[in-house]
Amino acid sequence: MNRTRSVSVVAIAGLMASLAAPAMAGDTITVASWGGTYQEAQTKAFFKPTADALGITIKEDTTNGLDDVRLQVTGNAVKWDITELGADECARGSKEGLFEKLDYGIIDKSGINPKLVHDDWVGISYTSVVLIYRTDVFGDKGPKTWADFWNVEKFPGRRALSGSQATETLSVAALAEGIPIDKVYPVDIDGALKSVDKIRGHVDAWWTSGAQAMQLVKDGEVDMASIWNGRAGTLKKEGAPVSFSFDQGVLTADCMVIPKGAKNKEAAMKALAMFVSPQLQANLPLYVDNGPVNEKAFETGKIPQDRIKDINSAPENVKKQVLQDAEFWRDNLVEATEKFNNLIQQ
Amino acid sequence: MRAQPALMQETARADQSLNAHALRADARRESLRLLALLAPSLFLVFAIIIVPIGWLFWLSLFDEAGALSAANYARFFEQASYIKTFVTTFKVAFIVTGACVLLGYPLAYMLSQLPRRAASICLIFVILPFWTSVLVRTYAWLVILQRKGLINSWLIDLGIISQPLSLANNLSGVVIGMTHILLPFLVLPLYASMKTIDTDCLRAGMNLGAGPAATFRQIFFPLSLPGLASGVVIVFVLCLGFFVTPALMGGGKVIMWAMRMEQTTSLYSNWGAGAALGVVLLVVTLALLGLFQWLLGARATGVWSSR
Repeated sequence: MNRTRSVSVVAIAGLMASLAAPAMAGDTITVASWGGTYQEAQTKAFFKPTADALGITIKEDTTNGLDDVRLQVTGNAVKWDITELGADECARGSKEGLFEKLDYGIIDKSGINPKLVHDDWVGISYTSVVLIYRTDVFGDKGPKTWADFWNVEKFPGRRALSGSQATETLSVAALAEGIPIDKVYPVDIDGALKSVDKIRGHVDAWWTSGAQAMQLVKDGEVDMASIWNGRAGTLKKEGAPVSFSFDQGVLTADCMVIPKGAKNKEAAMKALAMFVSPQLQANLPLYVDNGPVNEKAFETGKIPQDRIKDINSAPENVKKQVLQDAEFWRDNLVEATEKFNNLIQQ
Repeated sequence: MRAQPALMQETARADQSLNAHALRADARRESLRLLALLAPSLFLVFAIIIVPIGWLFWLSLFDEAGALSAANYARFFEQASYIKTFVTTFKVAFIVTGACVLLGYPLAYMLSQLPRRAASICLIFVILPFWTSVLVRTYAWLVILQRKGLINSWLIDLGIISQPLSLANNLSGVVIGMTHILLPFLVLPLYASMKTIDTDCLRAGMNLGAGPAATFRQIFFPLSLPGLASGVVIVFVLCLGFFVTPALMGGGKVIMWAMRMEQTTSLYSNWGAGAALGVVLLVVTLALLGLFQWLLGARATGVWSSR
């Protein structure tokens, strides 16, 4: 009894030591994310607790995505130690060799979907693409599935879909064809494009940013739209007459990487280990609608029970959605996006 | 007597040939010295314009694997949407420039005829929006033009229309937004040139029996053409590179070249893909500017030289 206890004490001490190696106290790392309310939430959920626990300083910056990382790495001017990206961007950047290898001796990957755990990138949070409709137009009998959204006779009204995220719109188009959620991937791109072709004449706006999607729905410029769940949640909180659910949502992961040549790799690795730990992951949904990537977060007891049903990555909600396959898009994104753009820009 | 001039000519020629060498060397030295004075600015132009554009051109010749190829240019022909986007860009540029001329010319004319104080007050109204962020103005237009926006709700409330007009998220939204933003770029040079028109010319015309309409048509308008030409060129070229307004007002259905560049840069992992779009736009713009120069410039300078 005493012995096991002392062993565990040593183990814990060792763990603490490995997390807070004395050499790194006082280190400064720079983390880049998307800015806005999302990054504010990350600051509270991840960055500040990590900085406090490790005794380091975390500086923040914002990114536009893979282009920025590519520019820094190929230009030998890496200014970030960790940066957030979309999962498909991580997969593409990995193929291009833009990131440092991650050390899973330091980062505990348990609880994270294996599809989001890779040599040089790891998932960090989830966004969902959901179907939103205005209840002042449809009452509660609005379009519930993507097949409904595609059904212009039964659900007349103005529509908006994402024009900038071809991967998301093609996933949604596949669902509209009646393909079950577990069969969407690998996406039959030509089939999905045919599906887009059917609806494109009825699309009144192709949005290119989350803010735009939100504004289109909020101002009644469209009656139904595809939208990111965070934006949909905000609309609802603001009291807009809208309804959405996670049924047939498209779950998209964001990921974090250490750009190749990052100045403070060691500290970055330890910080990243903290970011994906269940304790800090459980903080995220307290501030924003993006769900934690580590499902163990739901076991920490930090997230109130009545909040769990509104989180897109809660086990109950994950079952209703399609997970975007980052590696599929790594290999098909360029061609699919070219074809998609050709179709909607005709 | 007759020999005298011939002799003088002879001496002059001798003088010339005697001094010619020294004179020419002197002239050369002088022009070199003048060139040296220009050197700093020439260097600046070279460093901040020629080199980056050359680099852009160079980048556009490489494919994703970093090998020399025409892949970035071949894409324009392989994918219909590039041509379509290119055509849209010029269509929007022509419409917006036309709208700016129709609105801007009478406005500039009015400003030039007003007494000084009234004109400066009115000019403030032209310049004030100029200082407001493009993004803010574009959003403001969205609020005014959209389906449940100001214009549509007024028209419906007044019973003029029953169905809302589609003013935003399409071509008309883009044209309205861009015309508003680019109008000052036409009005200001045009106003400046109208102010320099000598009113004595107009009076002389009247004196010779021309009515106000004929005076305007035959004297004022031709004299205002150089200002109009520079305004048109500025507006047109700015249109070609416009991003924010079409992105927000076009509802994803009016894709202009700059938006396509942004899409292309993020889609392909080589900078060449986006660079090629820049090169094509630059070449076509320069060609069009040449055409403008030839059409408007010749006419405008014709007017000036006849003065």
